[in-house]
Amino acid sequence: METGRRLENKHAGSGMTKNEMQIQFTAVSENEAFARIAVAAFVTPLNPTLEEIADIKTAVSEAVTNAIIHGYDGMTEKEQNQVYIHCLLNRDVLQVEVIDEGKGIEDVEKAMEPMYTTKPDMDRSGMGFAFMEAFMDELEVISEPGQGTTVLMSKKLGTLPFIDREE
Amino acid sequence: MEEEFKVIDNYLMVRMPAEVDHHASEYIGRTADRYILKEGVGNVVFDFEKTRFMDSSGIGIIIGRYKKITCFGGRVFAVNADARIKKTLMLCGLHKVIEIME
Ligand SMILES: Nc1ncnc2c1ncn2[C@@H]1O[C@H](COP(=O)(O)OP(=O)(O)OP(=O)(O)O)[C@@H](O)[C@H]1O
Ligand SMILES: [Mg+2]
Repeated sequence: METGRRLENKHAGSGMTKNEMQIQFTAVSENEAFARIAVAAFVTPLNPTLEEIADIKTAVSEAVTNAIIHGYDGMTEKEQNQVYIHCLLNRDVLQVEVIDEGKGIEDVEKAMEPMYTTKPDMDRSGMGFAFMEAFMDELEVISEPGQGTTVLMSKKLGTLPFIDREE
Repeated sequence: MEEEFKVIDNYLMVRMPAEVDHHASEYIGRTADRYILKEGVGNVVFDFEKTRFMDSSGIGIIIGRYKKITCFGGRVFAVNADARIKKTLMLCGLHKVIEIME
């Protein structure tokens, strides 16, 4: 049974309560899959559910895609455009930071509204931040024009079995 | 990759890839539009049988095609979507404007 296995694994682990990981890559769409898979792989020692993995992969994909298509929009020196991901695992809480050094966001509150997009012509639906919000527990966006953007997200893993038990 | 697109009667069938993200989406949108605009196909069916991952880029593909065909009375369908993809579609309220079928 899944619930039992998760608890067992947690106690069978090295006893490490903190873990950290950083990656940096060029802001090209080829790296989107790599980025979300790297973060998903980082949390596997916690034995997350498939749903939790899908949530994390989607949220990371949204933040990384935004860095590539909005953050570095119009910046032609492609090799210099870098995306940074910093992951911190504190017991069963995952914190993910996705950082770009691109053009930044003028009105963060407005950008975070569902359906708001500055690129409707490019088939963007304005749902990226809404997905990050829906699939993670916490979302914070720090940005200023010309200063790049930092997206901070966190999610507590292993909450589902408790909900199941209460029902 | 063009074999992922097929026209049957007035329907464009699009077989979506395993991972629907920004990287994959531009080609899909561009190719689907060619069938819609040049060949005048009226309806679009997105087949998610192979799809194991989708982010908002998939939503953008669907809404983009919907906007192009709905004014001519065309309809958009999503078939073979697993529970996760259905959840993602419904989070955006897409079930109100397209048909999600088994
Ligand atoms: N890293 C970033 N740098 C600069 N602008 C950003 C960044 N991330 C988001 N934005 C701005 O915020 C808006 C909303 O982002 P969001 O991800 O919600 O929607 P979208 O990317 O436009 O569409 P979708 O994510 O559905 O494809 C974007 O259109 C863009 O203007
Ligand atoms: Mg986005």
